[in-house]
Amino acid sequence: MKKMLVIDYEKCTGCRLCEMVCSVKHEGVVNPARSRITINKWETKGIMVPMVCSQCEEAPCLAVCPTNARIRDEETGRVIVNYDRCIGCKTCVVACPFGAVSFDPVANRIISCDLCDGDPQCSRFCETGAIRYVDASDANKMRQREAAEKLYESMQKMDMASIS
Amino acid sequence: MALNKKIAYINLTDGTVETKPIPIEMRKKFLGGRGLDAYLLYNNIEAGVDPLGPDNALLVSAGILVGTLASASARTHIAAKSPLTGYLGSTNMGGFFAPELRFAGFDHLVIKGKAEKPSYLWIHNGNIEIRDASKIWGKGVRDTQEIIREELGDRNIKAVTIGLAGENLVRYANVMTEIKNSGGRTGMGAIFGSKNLKAIAVRGTMDIKIEHPVEALEYDKKIISQITAAKVSQEQGRLGTLFIWGATNSQGLVRTRNFQLNQLENSDDIEPEAFEDSAFGMTGCFGCQVHCRAKYIIPDGDYKGVYDEGPEYTSLGAFASLPGCTDLTTVLVGNYLVNDYGMDTLEIGSMISWAMELYEKGILTDKDTDGLDLSFGNEKAVIEMVHRIAHRKGLGDILAEGPLRAAKKIGKDSIKYQVHVKGMSNLQSDERPTPALALGIATASRGSDHLRSRPAIDLYHLPEPVLRQIYSQPVAYDGPLTSNYIDYEGKSWQVFWQEQCYMAVDSLGICKYHTIFLGPNFPNFEEWSKLLYYNTGLELSPLDIWNIAESANNMERLFNLREGLTRKDDWLVDRYFDEPTKLGIPLIRNRTIDRDKLTKMIDEFYEFHGWDENGIPRPETLKRLGIDKEPSHLL
Repeated sequence: MKKMLVIDYEKCTGCRLCEMVCSVKHEGVVNPARSRITINKWETKGIMVPMVCSQCEEAPCLAVCPTNARIRDEETGRVIVNYDRCIGCKTCVVACPFGAVSFDPVANRIISCDLCDGDPQCSRFCETGAIRYVDASDANKMRQREAAEKLYESMQKMDMASIS
Repeated sequence: MALNKKIAYINLTDGTVETKPIPIEMRKKFLGGRGLDAYLLYNNIEAGVDPLGPDNALLVSAGILVGTLASASARTHIAAKSPLTGYLGSTNMGGFFAPELRFAGFDHLVIKGKAEKPSYLWIHNGNIEIRDASKIWGKGVRDTQEIIREELGDRNIKAVTIGLAGENLVRYANVMTEIKNSGGRTGMGAIFGSKNLKAIAVRGTMDIKIEHPVEALEYDKKIISQITAAKVSQEQGRLGTLFIWGATNSQGLVRTRNFQLNQLENSDDIEPEAFEDSAFGMTGCFGCQVHCRAKYIIPDGDYKGVYDEGPEYTSLGAFASLPGCTDLTTVLVGNYLVNDYGMDTLEIGSMISWAMELYEKGILTDKDTDGLDLSFGNEKAVIEMVHRIAHRKGLGDILAEGPLRAAKKIGKDSIKYQVHVKGMSNLQSDERPTPALALGIATASRGSDHLRSRPAIDLYHLPEPVLRQIYSQPVAYDGPLTSNYIDYEGKSWQVFWQEQCYMAVDSLGICKYHTIFLGPNFPNFEEWSKLLYYNTGLELSPLDIWNIAESANNMERLFNLREGLTRKDDWLVDRYFDEPTKLGIPLIRNRTIDRDKLTKMIDEFYEFHGWDENGIPRPETLKRLGIDKEPSHLL
């Protein structure tokens, strides 16, 4: 069963705890520049959007890698780096349509989300539910239910309007 | 190692910058943030300097746990001699600036001199540059930050900045970051303005090493769960600090119409829940899961469609209860204006409502107000006065001077209606029914203030055993403790304990909402000892942290005494003793503070500190704390 990180940007408060715990988990330091997840923020509009690797099925980063260093972990479905093969050419950084592959400025190497080997710290620490780690085939369920609720409410309003 | 961030001495007059490491001994004595700033202030300012002159030192710092896995460790501290009070200037703010300052390699900045022309500092991965600020001088708080990001080509830059109020030397101008994070109280924004310093921009990609990462992660998780499980955090995460206004106004603990009433009646339109309609979610500071700031769009009027954050308890007080208004949009617009001008919402609310009372009494007339009708409840006049104060126009120029200078200029018996301590306005709470809270504002080191020693949980009437559990560690206390908030007994110890607690969090860089402020079951000395060890490797016991807080509190006291503070400054205005409360629940009606009992509380409070009856630290107290040879110039 494949699991994935589902982002609901409307629930994100922009606190960046996900960036902190990600860099501590992977590097033993707090440093957002070394985090695999990044919150993009439009401060004057109050918009915050976390961005992280989607572990694409047809992954561009994997396709463009000249040394086959981007590899798929068949067991979990995630895309990881084989650092023995990686030459640091950063082609994958450019190729990713989400900007979710980055270059660690301290260790000078490619980094992207590895789902913390099955226990992603970002979702574990996110109390608002903006980042959830769920079964890929269930990923749409919460959004679907919220949409259904809105639909139901608007139908109720229509009914009320027709009664009055 | 974890504690490798530096201190920088920046002289704006000659453009020199000197950086130094911070010795571990100084960390063990004062931690960082407000604690180390208290030491640096005493050591870098000569007695009697002009607060707005080049010899005043401006300190900007991060707490020692900022940017680590200590929940809500996002606090920036800013200090100088205050242009408002002439005593300690000190402000502590959230946001994202302090962590970024640490990512850029620094913990403390000591800024002296005055730049020849408007300037800003650009601090980036260990480098400090003084840059021309002509493009941003005259701009509002949010535009300034956006223009800096554009000019330097980096969206991730964080900055502290002043708005027009700081440039115009309004004596209670704020230092601001992002949309609404405010370094308010004591006029630190005017210090920036006086030094021709518009902003400090920071950006860095340097590590904050976590000494024991696995333990730090798990311990952070535990503390976050402890905090977010509390009902008080959940309310705050839904309504922000407005919920405090709602809870206290319903009892009759909100200063209204300057100081004439203690409850705003007919408040349905501006109860905390009413603000939810304009809000679209919450936001928070670096690493914090409480998220106490609402994101809102102004729904109507001249500023329709403008985005802002908050408003907080203080803005609801400033633009509703104090001036006797009940219009939601006025609160939202007032909040937006003070944020963008960079002004202390608490101080401005108090100054405007004071002027309104003077207008009501005939001390100020239409001639003084240039025809503006300053009657209580006139919302348009309140907003107009915010503009006039920021631009120092007409009466605004006088009110921009703060309580004591303004009262001197207006003359007659205007001072009689002022509500201040040490020349700084009181919060929008009414402390006449609550002796513990009254003692707190009377003795707070930066003038009347609720964030220095207020035992806010006293309002919960907690059972005595619970109080004893909280207030008898990490040092033993077996004196009296009383549950009822109208009592005097035992409250001086609670205020003393909270003063220690708040100094500790301000030095660690943790938000007060994550300690014993609004919730009785929140982390304190015991937990901080562990957080320090897991995150930085520093081994300090709860008692060590208590002693550090005591040293830093004494350094602030020494600073104030050197500037001429005496026991009579630790006191309230006569209205607290002579005008009983009129409204509220029966327990709260007809209350005043008793002069003799307050005197006794202050005696006890001094005694707990090891101060003499004049509030001066005894030589043996300073010796015990190892600060008997100050200034020692060790850093």
